[in-house]
Order: sequence, then structure tokens, then C-alpha cells
Amino acid sequence: MQKYLIEAEDMTVAYDKKPVLWDIDLKIPKGILMAIVGPNGAGKSTLIKAMLNIIRPISGKVLFNGCDYQSQRQYIGYVPQRGSVDWDFPTSIFDVVLMGTYGQMGWIKRPGRKQKEKAMDAIKKVGMEEFAHRQISQLSGGQQQRVFLARALVQDADIYFMDEPFQGVDAKTEKAIIVILKELRSKGKTVIAVHHDLQTVKEYFDWVTLLNTKIIKYGEVDEVFTAENLKLTYGNIS
Amino acid sequence: MSIEALMGDYTLQIVTLGSAMLGAASGVLGSFAVLRKQGLLGDAVSHAALPGIAFVFLITGVKHTEMLLLGALISGLMGTFVIISIHRYTKIKFDSALALTLSSFFGLGLVLLTYIQRIPNANQAGLENFIFGQASTLLKRDVYTMIVLGSIILLIVGLLWKELKIFSFDPEFAQSIGFSDRKINIILSGITVVAIIIGLQSVGVILMSALLIAPGVAARQWTDKLSVMVILASVFGIISGVLGTAASSLAANMPTGPAIVVVISLIVFFSLFLAPNRGILWRYLKMRRNSREINEDRILVNLYQLALNHDDIYHAHQVAMLTPIEIVEFKAEKNMVKSLHSLAAKGYVRGDYFDTWAITDAGIEQAKRIVVENGGESL
Amino acid sequence: MTPQLEIAITAVIVSSACALLGVFLVLRKMAMMTDAIAHTILLGIVMAFFFTESLNSPFLIIGAAIIGLLTVYLTELLQRTKLMAEDSAIGIVFPFLFSIAIILISRYAANVHLDVDSVLLGELAFVPFDRFIVFGRDIGARAIYIMGTILLIDLLYVALFYKELKLVTFDALLASVLGFSPILIHYSLMGLVSITAVGAFEAVGSILVIAFMVGPPVSAYMLTDKLRNMLIFSILIGLINAIIGYQISVFFDVSIAGSIAAFTGITFLAIFIFAPKRGMVTMIYTRRVQRIDYGVNSLLFHLYNHEDTNMEEEESNINSINQHLHWDKRFLEKILKKVVSSRYVVLSKGYLKLTPEGREHTIKSFK
Repeated sequence: MQKYLIEAEDMTVAYDKKPVLWDIDLKIPKGILMAIVGPNGAGKSTLIKAMLNIIRPISGKVLFNGCDYQSQRQYIGYVPQRGSVDWDFPTSIFDVVLMGTYGQMGWIKRPGRKQKEKAMDAIKKVGMEEFAHRQISQLSGGQQQRVFLARALVQDADIYFMDEPFQGVDAKTEKAIIVILKELRSKGKTVIAVHHDLQTVKEYFDWVTLLNTKIIKYGEVDEVFTAENLKLTYGNIS
Repeated sequence: MSIEALMGDYTLQIVTLGSAMLGAASGVLGSFAVLRKQGLLGDAVSHAALPGIAFVFLITGVKHTEMLLLGALISGLMGTFVIISIHRYTKIKFDSALALTLSSFFGLGLVLLTYIQRIPNANQAGLENFIFGQASTLLKRDVYTMIVLGSIILLIVGLLWKELKIFSFDPEFAQSIGFSDRKINIILSGITVVAIIIGLQSVGVILMSALLIAPGVAARQWTDKLSVMVILASVFGIISGVLGTAASSLAANMPTGPAIVVVISLIVFFSLFLAPNRGILWRYLKMRRNSREINEDRILVNLYQLALNHDDIYHAHQVAMLTPIEIVEFKAEKNMVKSLHSLAAKGYVRGDYFDTWAITDAGIEQAKRIVVENGGESL
Repeated sequence: MTPQLEIAITAVIVSSACALLGVFLVLRKMAMMTDAIAHTILLGIVMAFFFTESLNSPFLIIGAAIIGLLTVYLTELLQRTKLMAEDSAIGIVFPFLFSIAIILISRYAANVHLDVDSVLLGELAFVPFDRFIVFGRDIGARAIYIMGTILLIDLLYVALFYKELKLVTFDALLASVLGFSPILIHYSLMGLVSITAVGAFEAVGSILVIAFMVGPPVSAYMLTDKLRNMLIFSILIGLINAIIGYQISVFFDVSIAGSIAAFTGITFLAIFIFAPKRGMVTMIYTRRVQRIDYGVNSLLFHLYNHEDTNMEEEESNINSINQHLHWDKRFLEKILKKVVSSRYVVLSKGYLKLTPEGREHTIKSFK
């Protein structure tokens, strides 16, 4: 039995001159909601992408359940930033959510009734059932985020990586998202999210990673999320 | 034709002069097009000019260059208008709008050209030269037209230099300090279309866009200054115009447009590889140096951390202890030793006979500096 | 089969194959890249032709496919250097490769049977001259069989990988996380585009292939919100363009491919202007309605705000109200007509007054 769900060791990422991530070591247990917090350009999205094998680090490795990413892929879900896709794409909300099930069926096979029911359930869960068959371009920012969340839910993953799930969403969506995150946790799932709003970290998450190119501190919110540590992360601006 | 004969050939001198003028004008305007990321708009405009040429001939029945170019200008502008309207009123992406417009205008041009060919006794021979361009068919009068139009273009750019500069760098700022975004846009697009039109006879509708894009891209690699870039671009344009024209007259069956394009493309590839600072070779070397430095820094910090956790700060450690986990293990070990030697040369670490390594006082100072530089807490 | 019918069938097959793949090209923002490929495959054809000295060799297709993929690869390589804008990279690679092809043709193939015009502009009218003969029997024009095979491959590809194409096009990041390689899909699609383009080039020429690939999908995009429908509409529009374009060319005795390309533009223009939901007419109309709605609400709200205040006389005076709202006179008149005719406002002695309905409407719209 592995003690930690995710272990990152010695991970360094550099694009050009400066390292974006420097010597990252992380040990994340199962069943927590963890925020990644840090100033702009601290490498928050990069950290997620490096753990998901989308960006290749110049050194280091990440283990999930003690195995490498490829073998654990089906247990890992990903919610990218909203701005990363073309919302004028000719497709409906239902279709987008259904895409979350593609990973489980592999190449060529098509989604069947079971997957479609699952997609519809997820849409209901995020409160979007009345829009299910609408084209996606008519959605507000909050609605787009909920669609992405529903898509992550149908992935049926054990670990979720989310890139700024609360970015530019309305208060109602924010509440809906947090309800779902807590529900995921109660089922023993793990969520790791890039987060911007320092005010809500304590309320929403139980773990936090303070990042500024390297890891300043990480661990349980109550211990780590202190004024002193934030000062180390953000510098002496505030 | 030999080179000596070439030098003395009056017609050829005239034609070369025309190509040089074309190269200069398109190089200058191309710089702006490239900076504003509108290079391919020129491709669409030049294709869109074909039906205008054919239509004017169909009506007038004579090959009067000025009239044909006027037709090209009008239908080129119509093409631009169509593209901009599609972009404004629909969600269709810009590249689709370009592709659709250029191909249907070109199709229409082809329809008109084939229609003209069916007219008995029409003096239509040579119209298809507009597709690929044939500089050798330029008349003295055509060249004079090119020179006059080219000079007007250069004059306008010179007069509006300040406005064009600020506009291509930051259109919103330009507008906020009172320059009319619309007016400058119309003037710049207008003279760009004129530059394209004067190139049609020698380079042709299909390849004209290359003469607009390539000099600007090549020039950009050598400088960060707009004025230098524009001058360099026009120099590159002139060189490719002159060499391409010469090649096409020296060799049999050598079309002018493609010859010019090959010359300017070679200038581009040369610039991309070898330009200092931005060039590919330069950047590759810089990147290798950087990643080596980053790795060295990390090893030193690792060693420093190990030292802090050890009773004896100067205790020597084995290479395996120091190795950061890397994707290719074998390579890591090799690089590792290389980095350690390089660090030793700087006096930060000390190696011994057993291939174990210890940090020095200078190394400790340097490691502390690295940690602080990377925004970390002091250890 | 009559020659006319053979030409029409070829045109229809070419446009279906192009319209099918074109949907994904348009959605992937690869329209100009496709234009580049359609030009540069000429280099592959020329080189294969020099080796085999035949225009019917399968090596032509292989050579073209290789050069097509090379075009994509080189362009992306240039883009990745970030030394130039994305579109400039296309504008450098394709003229270069294309120019080499043209120079080779003009210099060396002039006395062989490879003519610049027919390669570039294509001639559907020649399709019936090239027969497909099996065991001494003439079973029809060769182009029909070649293009038919290519169409089948394209159909099979889209049918099998529909799910993957959709996912990779919409969200490449997610696709790679779920284990569907975006690069594999990207290059297989571009490979098929090259093969389809080379199959079509003989009939329609390398410049006009792009009209067949981009025109129908873009027109279909104006008409529907669903990918599946977009595919169907695209093929249908491609068919209509091919058939009507061909008829026009017969009538005027002009280039068939050119006529189809020009008609593709006309179809799009008609849809662009008159499409029910996204057409220009509808767009302008909705924008105007929105402007008037906005005006009506602003006016009502303005009156409501100053109702029963000591500013009321000043703020609701018909002669000065446009200054308070910062409107020009003409717009005010338009809005006034609207509010008076819907009985939200009455005009008495030069002053505007809300009616009970108007008050109710204001409160409702404010909520």
C-alpha cells in the first residue's frame, strides 16, 4: 500500500532562460482538496501540465500510486482553462460532456447508451440540464466552467487536476463547483486546483501548495496558509 | 545570353530597374504587413486581382497595362472588402475567409480568361502571364508606371512614418492619442494593394504574397528597430528582384516570379539560421548553455543541502547521491559528471580520486546566492 | 456513359471528398495551410514524374503525400521558432516549394508531357480521354476510379475516427490527457488532404482545390450548430456547387473548375447574406432591434428615475431630453415613435410622461 497518492520528485521545468519550476518535490495524500497558489508567472499551470505529462520537464518524475503517468492515465481527470478551446465549435453541451467518456473506450469505439446516461447525469449535477442540447457559444463564463466540470465528472477519475476552475465565474457557479468538489472528496477522490482568490483558500480547500517557481511550503491549510508564508510567496507587496 | 551582353542590354536594364523598384516597395510595405500579422491578406488580394484584369480586357479588348492594373486594383480592393465583411459579420475564422475569397475570385478570373480565349481574333496572348509573371514582357512604359507608383508609395511611407510606426506597434494606443485608426488602416491597405498590383506583371498573382512577406521576415531577424528593418527589407527585396530577373533572362525557360521567390526564400533561411540573437543557431547555443547552467545550479544546491544535513559540511558524496532523477538515466549520469567537473573548475566543488565530491566555501556562498535568486527561503 | 456524364460524376466525387475533409480543416483553422499543401504537392508530383516519366503512376500520389506532410512539418517548425507570425510561416514555405516546382516544370518538362497550365488549372474536360482499361475492356474514365477510391478512403477515415477528430479538434489538451494523440490525428488528416488534393489536381488543378475544400464547409458552418449536420450540409453544398458550376461552364464554354470555384463563392455569398440565424441580414436586423430595445429601456428608465422629483420638468422636456441622454435627434425620434406606439409614454404639452403600462414595463425590465 502506497502512502501517498501522488509523488513528484526533483521536477524542474525551463522554457528559455529562467527555470519556470525549480526542483519540485510534492507528496500528496489521497482524498484531499488542494489549491495551488502563487503570484502570476509562478508556474502554477505549468506544474499541472508537467504532472500530466503535457509539458516535459528537464528533470524529475511524477508517480501516481507509485506508477508512472501512462499506466494510471485512466484514473486522472483534467479540467483545462476555459479559454483554451474554441467556443464557436459546432457542438452541443451534451456532446462536450460526452467527450469525457472517450478515454475509457479507447480508439474507434463510440459512446453507447451507458455513457450517454452518465453524461446526462453529470449535466444535471451541474444544473445545466435545460441547456443540454444547446450550442456551446451561447454560454456565459460560469456556464462554460460548469460544462467543463461535468465533463471531468464523467471521466470517473480518482485524481482531478483543474486549471483555474473559479476564474471569472458568477457566485452561483462558484457555489455549485464547491459543492461538487466536496462531494468528490467525500467519495475519496483527490482534487488539485490552481486557485487565484486568496480569500477563499481556507474555506474551499484542505491542503495548499504555495508556489513561486519553487515550492515555498505545502501541506494542510491551517498550518501552511499563514501570513508569514504568504509573504515569502508573494514578496513584500502587501 | 552572357553576362557581358546582359550588362549592355538596354531592355534588360530597364526591366531590372522595374524589379528593383518592386522589391523596394514590397519590402517596405511587407515589413508593416508582417508586423501586423497580415501577410496572407496580400496573398488573397493578389489572387483577387485576376478577375479584374480579365474583366477590363473583356470590355476594352486591348492590353493597355494601366487599364488592366486599374481593373486589378478594383477587384483586389473588392476582395479585401469581402474578407473584412466576412470577418466582421460571421464567426468564420480569418484564414477560412481568406482561402474562400482568394479561390473563388481566382476561379472567376479563370472563367473570364477561358471565355476570352473563345472570342475569335482577340489579342489575348500574354494575359496568362499575370498568373506567374514574366518580367521580360515588361515594356518601357510599364516600368515607368512601376517606378512612378513605387516612388509614390515610398513617399507616403516617408511622410507618414511616425504614424505608421506607432500604428503597427500599438493601434489602440495610437488611437488613444488621437490618430485615426481607420484612416491609417485605409491608407496602409491601399498602398499595399498598389504595391501588389505593380508586382503582378513580373511576379504574378500566385507568388506575389511571398515578395510581401519574405523580405520583412528576413529583415526582422537582424534588428529590433523598425527603421533598420524597413530599410533592410527593401534591400533584400531589391537584391531578390535584381537577381531573380537576371536569372530568368540568363537561363532558358526560367520564369521570373519563381526565380525571385527562390532568391528571397534563400535570404530568409539564411537569416533565420544565422542572425545574431534571434537566429536558430544562436538560440540553440544559448539554450544549451542555459540548461547546462541551470543543471549546475541544481547540483550545487543539492550538494549544499546534503552538506547541511551532514555532520561534516565538507564530506564528499558519491555521484549517485547527487543525481537528480532524470528521464534518461544513463545520460543523466554522464551529464552529471560533466557538470561536476565544470563546477570544480569554478572552484565551487572538489572532486577526489574515488569520484566523490564535496562542496567548498565558495560553493556554499554561490549555493546560497542561487537559492535567494530563485525566490526561495534560506535554508 | 457519355463524356458529359463522366465529367459530371468526376466533379461530384471530387467535391464530395474535398467537402468532407474540409469541415475539419476549417474547424482546425488549417484553411490556408491546405491552400499551401494544394500548391506544394506539385513539387511531389513533378519529382515523382521525373523518376517514373508517367502521369499515372501511384508514385505520384506517394510523392505528393510526402511533400504535403513536409509542408505541414516545415511550416510548424518555422512557427515553433517564434521568429515570425504564424501566417508568415505559411507564406514562406509554400511559395518556396511551389517556385521550385514551377522552375523544374518550365525548364525540364517542357518537351515532356507535363504542362504547367494543365497541372495548375486542371481541365475536367479532359477526364473522359483517359480511360481505365481492365483486361482489354474499357470500363470508364480513369479519374472516376481514382477519385472514387480516394473518396471511399476519406469516408472510411472520417467514419472510423469521427470521435477522435472531434475531440482533437475541439480540445487537443484533453485529447492528449485521455490518450488520443493529437499529432497522430493531425498528420493523418493532413496526409489524407494531400492525397485527396493530388487526386483532384488533375481534374481541377492545384489552385482551385482549395475552393472545393473550404467553400462548402464554411457555407455549412453558417447554417448549423452541429458537427454532424455540418458534415452533411458541406457535402450537399459541394454537390450543388459541382453540378450547377458544371452546367454554367457548359453554357458559356469556359473552364469547368473555375466555374465551380466561382459558383462556390456565389453560394457562400448567398448564404452569408441570407442565412436564417447567422446571415448578415439577420445580424444587422438583430443589432438594430437590440439598439432600439436598449434605447426604449434607457428612455423609460430615465423618465422613471426623475418621476415626481423636482427635476422632472427639466428632465422630461421633449426639446432637451436628447441632451440629457446624449442621443442625437434622429435616434430620439425613432425611440419616441416606438414608446408612444407601444403606449409606454404619452406626450402632453411638450413633456413626456410614463403610462402605468410604461411604469410596469420599466420595473419589469429593470429586474
